[in-house]
Amino acid sequence: MKVTIDDITIEVEAGTTILNAARKIGGEVVPPAMCFYSKLPGTGGKCRTCLVEVAAGSTADPRPMPKLVASCSTPVMDGMIVKNKTSERVHEGRSAVVEFLLINHPLDCPVCDQAGECNLQDLGYEHGSVKTRYEEERRTFDPIDIGDKIKLHMNRCILCYRCVEVANQLTEKRVHGVLHRGEHAEISTFIEQAVDNDFSGNMIDVCPVGALTDRTFRFKSRVWFLKPMEAECECKKCAGKVVLWMFGQEIYRVTGRKDQYGEIETIDDKTAWICNECRFDKKDLAKWKVTGPRVIDRHSVISQGKYETSITPSIKKIN
Amino acid sequence: MKNRKLLLENVHIPGIETFDVYRKNGGYRSVEKALNTMTPDEVVEEVKKSGLRGRGGAGFPTGMKWSFLAKPEGVPRYLVCNADESEPGTFKDRYLMEKIPHLLIEGMITSSYALGANTSYIYIRGEFMYILHILEKAIAEAYDKGFLGKNILGKGYDLDLFVVPGGGAYICGEETALLESLEGKRGNPRIKPPFPAVKGLWGCPTVVNNVESLAAVVPIVNDGGDSYAAIGIGRSTGTKLISACGNLVKPGVYEIEMGLSVEEFIYGDDYCKGIANNKKLKACVPGGSSVPILPHYLVTKTASGEDRLMSYESLADGGFVSGSMLGSGGFIVFDEDQCIVRNTWNFTRFYAHESCGQCSPCREGTGWMEKVLHRLENGHGNIRDIDLLAEINKKIEGNTICPLGDAAAWPVAAAIRHFRDEFEWHVTNKDEAITRNYGLSKEPLIA
Repeated sequence: MKVTIDDITIEVEAGTTILNAARKIGGEVVPPAMCFYSKLPGTGGKCRTCLVEVAAGSTADPRPMPKLVASCSTPVMDGMIVKNKTSERVHEGRSAVVEFLLINHPLDCPVCDQAGECNLQDLGYEHGSVKTRYEEERRTFDPIDIGDKIKLHMNRCILCYRCVEVANQLTEKRVHGVLHRGEHAEISTFIEQAVDNDFSGNMIDVCPVGALTDRTFRFKSRVWFLKPMEAECECKKCAGKVVLWMFGQEIYRVTGRKDQYGEIETIDDKTAWICNECRFDKKDLAKWKVTGPRVIDRHSVISQGKYETSITPSIKKIN
Repeated sequence: MKNRKLLLENVHIPGIETFDVYRKNGGYRSVEKALNTMTPDEVVEEVKKSGLRGRGGAGFPTGMKWSFLAKPEGVPRYLVCNADESEPGTFKDRYLMEKIPHLLIEGMITSSYALGANTSYIYIRGEFMYILHILEKAIAEAYDKGFLGKNILGKGYDLDLFVVPGGGAYICGEETALLESLEGKRGNPRIKPPFPAVKGLWGCPTVVNNVESLAAVVPIVNDGGDSYAAIGIGRSTGTKLISACGNLVKPGVYEIEMGLSVEEFIYGDDYCKGIANNKKLKACVPGGSSVPILPHYLVTKTASGEDRLMSYESLADGGFVSGSMLGSGGFIVFDEDQCIVRNTWNFTRFYAHESCGQCSPCREGTGWMEKVLHRLENGHGNIRDIDLLAEINKKIEGNTICPLGDAAAWPVAAAIRHFRDEFEWHVTNKDEAITRNYGLSKEPLIA
């Protein structure tokens, strides 16, 4: 199937979504995604940041679609023409979504552990406005501990439902979901139970904002002062292929290996989710075999000036 | 001309809620006719011919919806009746189910036969628990008399019918949220495509229809699609239940023929008998809280000066600039003493409360609008808030997963469009606005 996105034509398989087709092209034409996570079936369609304009539905039916569509959940049709960067409507729609996402966001980036690697920060930088028009009091929740290693700051949450899908798909006993509805909707565990299983830590990796943070790393360091290194270990539960975030010889935190879209990489045909033991307990360098520096492609703050290979993507942003 | 009634004709007969009385008055004839003399495709064809349009609000042709149903081999199909009627101002389905429950059951049997469904569900709003009991009693009677269950009328067709109560969320009236809720999950609308006709309940092809649409299948099968299509005007065929409320002399549920003039409906002796307490008409919401509000000078006449009729087309005449929608038939009338700002706030408060919270524009936007409107109504508003509201609803509209975002945005947009002077008056005369109402809006001078 042929699909044209921002005047670039590409051949993709039937059933591919517009977003995945754009990711195949890569670069500027890729719409941002806050809730879609290709490794977690069932995610997507919620945040509305990936809205695109369909200027022609297909060769068979070339009528344009009346509304902007969510590119992460709309499959391509043969001869479809999609406008992302080149559409004024998309730009407007996306800034609208960013404004909505930010009205109740605390904007506490100076004290947020996610700062520097936050998708909402990037999105706000690209599409946000300078001033807020929201005069009301922001919706607030108390931060709670879900389990002894994970902190939930509901104030920062954008309700992308990614962690809900992690809880549904990676872990055995589901004790975690969304309560209430509308503005009052919140991520929570059933009666503040602990999320207690071996892969719960992946909720932190999939969270696009600072709502779920690693309690073993909180307030230890800003991420951009740390040196990301690829490392591996023998682990019975997971693939053991991780990124160590180091300062000198000290390991500050351990995360999964994320690609340029913030998604955990696929290694040997399997999504390389890591277990809680690797993430929270192995902070000793002797337990790891460091294989080389990690190139962080997406977040300019982290990748800036660290290694030669990582300079190119950040230049793009400046331009 | 005497107004013809198709659905509520027998509603006044005592005991019509029981099987025997209903049967004596011609009940279950459509099931006999369909099973004995028609193939399922012929029933679908009759419904197509009738021009029946979905009575839940969107007005999509029912026959067309049925023909979209995927029919893969070996996969069950389902018919689901949407009885989650919770739109402010709409109470027609409740009346129908309460007074004449067998009509819905009969319509569901005939429709299930047409669609080849062997299991069907009535998803009813949780607050209607007493109606659930009425329906369950009626269903038990139908099982007893051989109209439900195995081998109906000896024709080898099996059907099981269940009533399932919801938990009381407006959003579960959206068809995919309804299916999620029916499956026992949180009632969040699904991302479309795939549509329910392909992948609905438990991943199987499903048709979701409103109570009134399914009830209308009964007269269509009995008398033929053509005779149903002969009633009404243009593409709005048949009769429609209208639930009239607000400042009327005689509010209530009326069955009208499509094409009745709005003036006749509000002021006619057979209908609402005019505005209560000899007041003047100020505004009207003709199709449930989600449709645009009309100011008094656009209620009985369209912008081009023609008579406004009770039909899908006529009420929508003028688009969103000077028209509205027939919607679900929740006809709300305001007299000169009502405050449009307060009413808009009230509607928005409802949508903010009922938004499922799944997609960002609706979750954040409805709450934001509610707060701004609350401020305006209570004398803390600012003149720029009015433009802000207009901006917010433009940003919600069309950017959401399901139509709830649009439904929340349209009434606000229309209220500002037609009653801007009243909004401004609320800002400029803060103290006065709390103690008295603005009165009638000024009619724009038409050149």
